[in-house]
Amino acid sequence: MNSTTAAHAADIVAALLFIFSLAGLSQHRTSRAGVAYGMAGMALALVATVVAASQDVSATAVLLIVVATVIGGAVGLWRARKVEMTQMPELIAVLHSLVGLAAVLVGWNSYYEVEAHGAAQTAVTQDLLGIHHAEVFIGIFIGAVTFTGSIVAFLKLSGRIKSRPLTLPAKNALNLGALTAFVGLTIWFTVAPSLGLMIAVTALALTLGWHLVVSIGGGDMPVVVSMLNSYSGWAAAAAGFLLNNNLLIVTGALVGSSGAYLSYIMCKAMNRSFISVIAGGFGVEAPSGGETEQGEHRETTAEETAELLENATSVIITPGYGMAVAQAQHPVAELTQALRRRGVQVRFGVHPVAGRLPGHMNVLLAEARVPYDVVLEMDEINDDFGGTTVVLVIGANDTVNPAAEEDPSSPIAGMPVLRVWEAENVIVFKRSMSSGYAGVQNPLFFRENSRMLFGDAKESVERILRSLSATDPGSAASSEGREAAGQPTPV
Amino acid sequence: MLDSPPQQVGVVTESTAGETRVAATPDSVRRLLSLGYEVVVEPGAGAASGFSDDAYNEAGARVGDAWQADVVLKVNAPSHEEIPKLRDGAVLIGLIAPAHNPGLVDELAERSITVLSMDAVPRISRAQSMDVLSSMANIAGYRAVIEAAHVFGRFFTGQVTAAGKVPPAKVLVAGAGVAGLAAIGAAGSLGAVVRATDPRAEVAEQVRSMGGEFLAVEVEQEVSSDGYAKATSEAYDRRAAEIYSEQAKDVDIIITTALIPGRPAPRLITAADVASMKPGSVIVDMAAAQGGNVEGTVSGKAIVTDNDVTIIGYTDLAGRLPAQASQLYGTNLVNLLRLLTPGKDGRLTLDFDDVVQRSVTVVRDGEKTWPPPPVEVSAAPARRIPAPPAATPQIKEARLSPVVRYGLIGLGMLAMFLLIAFSPAQLVGNFTVFALAVVIGYYVIGKVHHALHTPLMSVTNAISGIVVVGALLQIGHAGPAVSVLSFVAIMLTTVNIFGGFAVTRRMLGMFSKG
Repeated sequence: MNSTTAAHAADIVAALLFIFSLAGLSQHRTSRAGVAYGMAGMALALVATVVAASQDVSATAVLLIVVATVIGGAVGLWRARKVEMTQMPELIAVLHSLVGLAAVLVGWNSYYEVEAHGAAQTAVTQDLLGIHHAEVFIGIFIGAVTFTGSIVAFLKLSGRIKSRPLTLPAKNALNLGALTAFVGLTIWFTVAPSLGLMIAVTALALTLGWHLVVSIGGGDMPVVVSMLNSYSGWAAAAAGFLLNNNLLIVTGALVGSSGAYLSYIMCKAMNRSFISVIAGGFGVEAPSGGETEQGEHRETTAEETAELLENATSVIITPGYGMAVAQAQHPVAELTQALRRRGVQVRFGVHPVAGRLPGHMNVLLAEARVPYDVVLEMDEINDDFGGTTVVLVIGANDTVNPAAEEDPSSPIAGMPVLRVWEAENVIVFKRSMSSGYAGVQNPLFFRENSRMLFGDAKESVERILRSLSATDPGSAASSEGREAAGQPTPV
Repeated sequence: MLDSPPQQVGVVTESTAGETRVAATPDSVRRLLSLGYEVVVEPGAGAASGFSDDAYNEAGARVGDAWQADVVLKVNAPSHEEIPKLRDGAVLIGLIAPAHNPGLVDELAERSITVLSMDAVPRISRAQSMDVLSSMANIAGYRAVIEAAHVFGRFFTGQVTAAGKVPPAKVLVAGAGVAGLAAIGAAGSLGAVVRATDPRAEVAEQVRSMGGEFLAVEVEQEVSSDGYAKATSEAYDRRAAEIYSEQAKDVDIIITTALIPGRPAPRLITAADVASMKPGSVIVDMAAAQGGNVEGTVSGKAIVTDNDVTIIGYTDLAGRLPAQASQLYGTNLVNLLRLLTPGKDGRLTLDFDDVVQRSVTVVRDGEKTWPPPPVEVSAAPARRIPAPPAATPQIKEARLSPVVRYGLIGLGMLAMFLLIAFSPAQLVGNFTVFALAVVIGYYVIGKVHHALHTPLMSVTNAISGIVVVGALLQIGHAGPAVSVLSFVAIMLTTVNIFGGFAVTRRMLGMFSKG
């Protein structure tokens, strides 16, 4: 064993640990072990790399490594501790941008190490030089697109810029043009490397990343975020090719394909092709049908809803992004508990694209301590709406739109939706009658079994809770019910 | 508008013999008050429905002379004696049935009053909340089954008891409108075997949803465009008559609900059919008031035929559940008044551009406005038919043909082959690792539970911080510029590594099992 083989061995073990990590995350039971594997793999990879690197660099460099790690680690831990669960999409987007930026920096470094020296360089053998040129460009390109794309996604998610898609004329031609220009620049750089070309490709990729995401609307963010996740992986993989480092390639490829798969799931959940999401514009095309007859909606009050819930045998709650915006997950969890104490079966139906991040609703509900085994995904619960007394639609709109199944001319036709309208009663929590993200009117609101409960979702749920507790069946009965529902008493 | 006082709404006692309903209940009085009106109730108006004057008082109404109010609410059309009691400029709202009572409409038009007829509400979804015919038909359909069960000397439900087996009763419901559907539901929930017929083939699904079996009459039929059943064709009538004759021999209970607006009720069950029924069978003819669907029906009475079949021709089925009938009718009225009182200021305004308001108005300020222009119903299925072709191109776009798909896969493979074949040895090794890792990643992620997608993303975020390795290998080499950039890169990626893992642990800590 010498230092090189040791480093290689550490790389392969770390790569395996990363695979275990992702595999562990597939189930709740093994998810914590999965994180532990990931941390172990990362620690191993870092130690091995630092040890290997420290043999031929100065003490200053080692000091720099330590300082950078301490600063970065502190910032990371601080953000991780402070972040609100409703802001997870923003955090994830920022983290993506960091990976992208780091990949750009690694690419530039590689340029300074090799290409900047011209013919005098010795780091890369002559037969690999052309490939190295191309790798530098590919790495910088992917990294830069990820960086600005994630920044724009972050700004949109945090509401700092409008989430409405920007539609420049011929935006698809612009994107394709940028790609073509990139190929041209890469070939040029392979033939004659120069600093000017480096700057040009970086600027081009930064602009492309910005334009790509700025022309996608807020409701498509689940796809965008998982797409950027994928890009950040490919950026790492490109850096691996550049540095001939297998650990980077493996990890990058794992992350890249995982992000791609998530994007695929999200697109399937919206019945759209990936290309059409990237090409942008749900809200852009004018809805061709479903506009003619709006019908009349019926309003209800929190008190009436409470009464309805009390007498229900089965309740399903379908949350959407509106629940996150109103921060209503805690009162919703309380409501769940109150109803379960009374022996009412309460479950959650979560649409794959609910929220702004894959799995966003699950995290919010988990934060509010809703047991995860009552939180079901669309395919698990869709056949159960028929036998349900009450469905509470909290801040969801397009994901419960019957037009997707019934109106073939609807812009969201064919998108799988939660079939809430099959339940006996549907209560829709909403601020106003405005249409959802897709700009499509929702005929659900005008169904005979639908009632609208207008107002802030959080306040509405709290009012329901108050009128429920006003008629609480007494402490003895409630503790009995709690045992029956298998619900531990919250401390 | 603001300085004028709110208008009075009067709730009068019904004069029609046998009428048990009232146009407002204490509950609907409260809602009228919330629209800004004052409410006057005639003494004893709610007595037949079980609402005392005190209950109205408590709800905020005044008990007094309701006929002098600005808006008079009634159930039935006013009698000759009642029309003069209205004051000039008053608004009368009730079930006028203008199509059946042209003389009454003319008489009303002689006064300078406005008359709105609740039975003229168009069948569009926006007006559903005011549709009295539906709300009353619903009650009547239920009550028809109860009346039949009362006369019928047997169980509805089939039972196997120690004393022997009881077969379930068989019920035929003719006409699957609101009343028919309510009857199907009520009979089904009593345990009977329920069959239903209707000329509109599109209601088959609704019949099944209520637990009934739909007997289709297989003859070409046109689709209803206004939500009501139309008169039927000759071929249809012949086939339908055969079905009724077959069914009459088999079933125990027949409930007929067939009505065609503005025409006498169609004759469905002949005297011969009735004669073929088993003794003890019951027929409820819900169309008795319009002449009856059954030969031999006597409007308002129950009669027993020679072969011991009871034919019930009651015309007050809804009124036999007075409290609920009044409640639903009262709510229909409140919903109409809500439409007529956009300002909620207790001032009634009539907007003839609104199709609902136009349709219900029979007389406006002494001028006859009946009949209104026809209204197309939104729920008519005819409009939906042209839509499907639009969906086809989308499906084509999503699913590539097999030729294209395999062609693309083949091209991709060829490109990979060429790229790797012309690569130097080092790159081949890199590609091997890369390709295998992509495949592993795809399969590992494919199994991840939906609920864990967010933690998955934050973990992949953390491990994509592995880019730090690149920066670590570069720092301290090739001059200060590289070191500075590497320093920044290390800082950025460690944010990722530490932040990503920490936030994932935090999230997973929140997931708990119930």
